[in-house]
Amino acid sequence: MNNLIDLEKKINSELTTKINKTLIKHNQIYVEIDKEDLIDVVLFLKTNKDIKFRQLIDITVVDFPEETQRFKIVYLFLSHEFNHRMILSYSINENELISSLTSVFPSANWMEREVFDMYGVNFKDHPDLRRILTDYGFEGHPLRKDFPLTGHTEVRYSEEKKKVVNEPVKLEQNYRNFDYESPWEGTNYIKEISEANDKKN
Amino acid sequence: MTKKIKNLNLNFGPQHPAAHGVLRLILELDGEVVEKADPHIGLLHRGTEKLIENKTYMQAVPYFDRLDYVAPMNQEHAFALAIEKILKIDVPIRAQYIRVMFCEIGRILSHILNVTTQALDVGALTPSLWGFEERETLMTFYERASGSRLHANYFRAGGVHQDLPAGLENDIAKFCETFPKIINDLENLLTDNRIFKQRNVDIGVVTKDDALDYSFSGVMIRGSGIPWDLRKSQPYDCYDQLEFKIPVGKNGDCYDRYLCRIEEMKESISIIKQCLARMEKGPIKTFDGKISPPSKAEIKQSMEALIHHFKLFTEGYRVPKDEIYTAVEAPKGEFGVYLISDGSSKPYKCKIRAPGFSHLQSMDYLIKGHMLADVPAVLGSLDIVFGEVDR
Repeated sequence: MNNLIDLEKKINSELTTKINKTLIKHNQIYVEIDKEDLIDVVLFLKTNKDIKFRQLIDITVVDFPEETQRFKIVYLFLSHEFNHRMILSYSINENELISSLTSVFPSANWMEREVFDMYGVNFKDHPDLRRILTDYGFEGHPLRKDFPLTGHTEVRYSEEKKKVVNEPVKLEQNYRNFDYESPWEGTNYIKEISEANDKKN
Repeated sequence: MTKKIKNLNLNFGPQHPAAHGVLRLILELDGEVVEKADPHIGLLHRGTEKLIENKTYMQAVPYFDRLDYVAPMNQEHAFALAIEKILKIDVPIRAQYIRVMFCEIGRILSHILNVTTQALDVGALTPSLWGFEERETLMTFYERASGSRLHANYFRAGGVHQDLPAGLENDIAKFCETFPKIINDLENLLTDNRIFKQRNVDIGVVTKDDALDYSFSGVMIRGSGIPWDLRKSQPYDCYDQLEFKIPVGKNGDCYDRYLCRIEEMKESISIIKQCLARMEKGPIKTFDGKISPPSKAEIKQSMEALIHHFKLFTEGYRVPKDEIYTAVEAPKGEFGVYLISDGSSKPYKCKIRAPGFSHLQSMDYLIKGHMLADVPAVLGSLDIVFGEVDR
């Protein structure tokens, strides 16, 4: 599959009901699936000889607190053979359990640990689901939108207790988020304007 | 009579000169053989991604310098490209050459550091003394262009912050003439060195399949014989107009990765020379006043420029709603930015894909069955910098 449009057709025809939506943008293919089909779809993408997404680049989550399905789980794949990139995603509710990709890609191990650490999304069948980036004994999930930028605790060495202590954050001045954004519509960029002019001519 | 011997657990780091930063590695040893390695990372976690979500696009650039602080501009490049693709802006050709040139300088900076410290880890002191002198020269180039030796904050969406100062191009050209000799000197010390070879050949071997499964990129995947380089396969900026070769290893061991890095430095010099030869006078950032700030002189003359300046440094430019992943070939591998914009002037989400993260993850796989003394050798050839692993 040397071309993204063929690839899109192939994925849609082979996986039919498992695919909710496909889109080609920025020279990448965006695919939406259901949570349950993850392993099947990924195995197909990895092993099919015309597709060969042999490398898992990253796993991440986007938090949309206002929406009914809060978390959007995103998988980035790369096919060296055909030089394609894919962004695979699905949405879940806050306390849903999702399947781990560690059996298909060993590199998913730390990526899923990071997702668990940062967003509190739980994986089933993960061999070693511990926190990875935050401190030992840390509470909360920092990249959730409702986690404050300043955090909840601060750490220091206490001279009296002769050890490192965690205390609630005390700031002389709170973090200020100025709203500079103008209430008017966003700007039109030169390119958009010139494109519009081209269409007129 | 049989005697039961318990395995020894050894705590390597977090403060250890061969750990290349703050890595805590818990090793399970059977005699001198490593049975299991469990890296504990995150000791340098600063919440970069969270901070970026709370800053405008322009304010977010300096955070990228602080990821892989050995080659700062390569990271900025990925972020700038992501924004440019969403905004659909073209970068003037001079800016493209400047950016590519500084990315290659960054690559040399990073490879010198890695090659010489890898030698240091296996017992050779001299290469690092020679190499760091050259890094100092390169960092003065950074300083002259951006005002800062390390944390450059130089790339912008649509170009670079400022034009190069007078004379810098000549000095970089001079450096390109003298540097190949230094690479030769380093090679004389290391390439055929018996001790260096004994410590690196056949250590930390990665097969092609495993390199793919463990999400390796950069030198780690090329060392194993997969010819994959984003500068060639998915060219960005002006890389498609430049001529350069991609060195590929054969055995996938630490020694091949060292050789790849040495060859890549030579290629980088050739790329810098080509950039210098093709560079012509011209604009260094996009003319779109809604994205790039006006010059100081303009602000004093034009009301529109003054308004643009004010809006850009308070509200910042807005980026239309979109979702994109862009990657560049950073010295350590594929460095990517997964950006979600929501139409405001701050990124809604900015996930940073650091190559070192997946490389370090494979530590257990790489080191199993090796001797304790091989741990620093393997760690050295992985090219780990904790700024990017911990983010």
